Amino acid sequence: MRAEELVSRLSRFLPAEAILHEEALLRPYECDALSIYRHVPLAVVLPVNEIEVQEILRVCFRMQIAVVARGAGTGLSGGALPVPNGIVLALTKLNQILDIDPLARTARVQPGVTNAAISEAANEFGLYYAPDPSSQIACSIGGNVAENSGGVHCLKYGLTLQNILSLRTVTIDGELLTVGSQGLDAPGYDLLALMTGSEGLLGVITEVTVKLLPIPEYAQVVLAAFDDVAQAGQAVANIISAGIIPAGLEMMDQGATRAVEAFIHAGYPLDAAAVLLCESDGSRDDVETEISRIMQVMRESGATQMTCSQSEAERLQLWSGRKAAFPAVGRLASDYYCMDGTIPRKALAAVLNRIAELSAHYRLACVNVFHAGDGNLHPLIMFDANHPDELRRAEEFGGAILELCIAVGGTITGEHGVGTEKINHMCIQFGTAELKTFHGIKTAFDRYALLNPGKAVPTLQRCAEFGAMHVKRGQEKFPELPRF
Amino acid sequence: MDAILNQYQELIGSAVARKTTLCIRGGGSKEFYGNSLSGEIFDTNAYCGVVDYDPGELVITARCGTPLSEIETTLRANDQMLAFEPPYFAPNATLGGCIAAGLSGPRRASTGAIRDYLLGVRMLNGLGEDLYFGGRVMKNVAGYDVTRFLAGSLGTLGVILQASLKVLPLPQYEMTLNFEIDAASAIAKLNRWVGLGIPISASCHVDKHLTVRLSGSESRLAALRQTLGGERVAQDVSFWKAIRDHTHDFFQTDQPLWRLSIKSSAPPLKISDKQLVEWNGSMRWCQGGLEPSTARRVAETHGGHATLFRSNDNKHSVFHPLPLLMLNLHKRLKQTFDPHLIFNPGRMYPEF
Repeated sequence: MRAEELVSRLSRFLPAEAILHEEALLRPYECDALSIYRHVPLAVVLPVNEIEVQEILRVCFRMQIAVVARGAGTGLSGGALPVPNGIVLALTKLNQILDIDPLARTARVQPGVTNAAISEAANEFGLYYAPDPSSQIACSIGGNVAENSGGVHCLKYGLTLQNILSLRTVTIDGELLTVGSQGLDAPGYDLLALMTGSEGLLGVITEVTVKLLPIPEYAQVVLAAFDDVAQAGQAVANIISAGIIPAGLEMMDQGATRAVEAFIHAGYPLDAAAVLLCESDGSRDDVETEISRIMQVMRESGATQMTCSQSEAERLQLWSGRKAAFPAVGRLASDYYCMDGTIPRKALAAVLNRIAELSAHYRLACVNVFHAGDGNLHPLIMFDANHPDELRRAEEFGGAILELCIAVGGTITGEHGVGTEKINHMCIQFGTAELKTFHGIKTAFDRYALLNPGKAVPTLQRCAEFGAMHVKRGQEKFPELPRF
Repeated sequence: MDAILNQYQELIGSAVARKTTLCIRGGGSKEFYGNSLSGEIFDTNAYCGVVDYDPGELVITARCGTPLSEIETTLRANDQMLAFEPPYFAPNATLGGCIAAGLSGPRRASTGAIRDYLLGVRMLNGLGEDLYFGGRVMKNVAGYDVTRFLAGSLGTLGVILQASLKVLPLPQYEMTLNFEIDAASAIAKLNRWVGLGIPISASCHVDKHLTVRLSGSESRLAALRQTLGGERVAQDVSFWKAIRDHTHDFFQTDQPLWRLSIKSSAPPLKISDKQLVEWNGSMRWCQGGLEPSTARRVAETHGGHATLFRSNDNKHSVFHPLPLLMLNLHKRLKQTFDPHLIFNPGRMYPEF
């Protein structure tokens, strides 16, 4: 048996507790946070250092066994879903913060360190790590790099790529490859950009050097209510056109605010069609100036009601609703399916209207939370996975939303990644030549396609079977129709 | 524009058929950068013009031959800017060349590099195929990030036809201060100031003078002026332009110019008497006939790399040598985009 041979080879250099191969122990690894897809892996291997990672990959390379790297398993796109006859390489035990350099404002950390732990460790120096995906207390930095994670503050502070300097990675044949540098660029091609967001298909991360920023002295948030979603969308554009880049700019529709209010009473108005949360951070002077400008633009854009936080407690209270949006929806339905398209901001009202029509068509409720500042939409489709028909309708509804995002000039994923979930929709977003380029890149790093195979980039054959047609930009059918 | 595109594809097809190579050229403003050029000139100036610009979306889309000056003028009319403050080096610099060179200016350390603002590209690969990567939205993680990967690839992967870039509002207010201080103290001070949240948007130390640009609200900067001291620089716009485009006195020399990109807190380097520090310590420009091996060893000691940015000879090993594993990976990536090796051969590394 392959599994037995693998375990025997790994046992030569790993202790027994680092290799899980009994069914009961493998079960917890059968899915990530997208639990509608499950597979039991051949084995789960838990290295404690880089040398073990290298040795494990060498064994898998020789035996031609697929490897799925996994951090905390909080991903929402099935990126860490095990593959049949492959192992899961769980990096949770590489969890050391190796070094913090307060003067150069960097931290060297292992991939299993949680996002929030970096900021906690940097706190004593007045520094923090800026990207803050909502799962930050649990998600690991290695996974953040693999997905190029964002968060509510990325409009101002950038995604993961903008907040890291360098990676130590191990190639599929066990070699060490360092990308980036301790400076602001590196010689040759920008492999840091290529590997960030590559969903575990190009290499295994064993160390990340992140940038740290000074903790803002002060922050305030404004909650504004609108009678109309389009008006709220316009307010977002007006704030940005006024030359303001807020630290956070979030929108929730009525369904989302009602779900949240029923759950935690954050103080959101229930009669508003949409609410905006707009945060400013920095020095007290700058924040007070910016907040008054933001409130003026909101007022001129038709806000019916505004609340501005007057203390840190009030600020956190206003944010608590947004942060609890997913669990609040989780209370209303046995399952929900979180989508992640990004659209040009000006298409917002039209997209939300269309989502409402689709919701009626598929007979499934859907509420919307939205990183409005950067156009990243998270519709939450509610369903019951125990009804096979509801699961099917939820997947179709989700697919229709992704196609809608592409049609208005956006993308199928802003921050959650393609993973397993959106693999078919890659065939709509990209044409054959682009997909071939992606496969070429994959082959340059991993010629036998052993790292996270079947994720992120569909084969051309799969696209042919999926049958949806790629829409080449600028050559849409019916170009005379408005596409907003 | 379609006719130009067809012509470009024919040129590529013909180079493949005749087994010749092409030297992609926009304004030619950065011809001095990189290893020696070879191949027939492939002129990208004709494919030009701003395609789309919506200030409310913070995105501009333009063709490769568009003069950088036209883009910046268009943005300025709407109080917006290219936040990476691209160097021109000559007035006719184009957008395509700016992306291919991948160079960023004084604002780099505070707001990011050109690659951070690239949202999407349309390109022709070495088979003449017309490819689109990324898009016009701020967040996009569908597929590998080929868009950002192209920044700084020196035309070796294909012809960048069109690009969408994120833009930012102009700072509300800016002020430049000058301090008389030695290099070691300047580097320490800059790192400490940034760590304290002082809004430094550019910095330069040369000849015992530290010059710092601050960006923010007028009241904040007025308060900082009291705290930090220093002399106010009146000609600030022209000063930073001179640093950006290397027209500052420091750069007026026939001596070779080395660019060392290293850890920001590294002490002043002992390899050259003439040094200019930028990017809060992350960039060290060094003048003089340094031994390449010395420049490279020193850069590596401080976690970075050394480039022979300008010189009259030695145009075959301008960039920091890559470890063999990395070099082989580069060759394979090059072949993915340009299987017949027709674009800008040797411009980055002699091996491809």
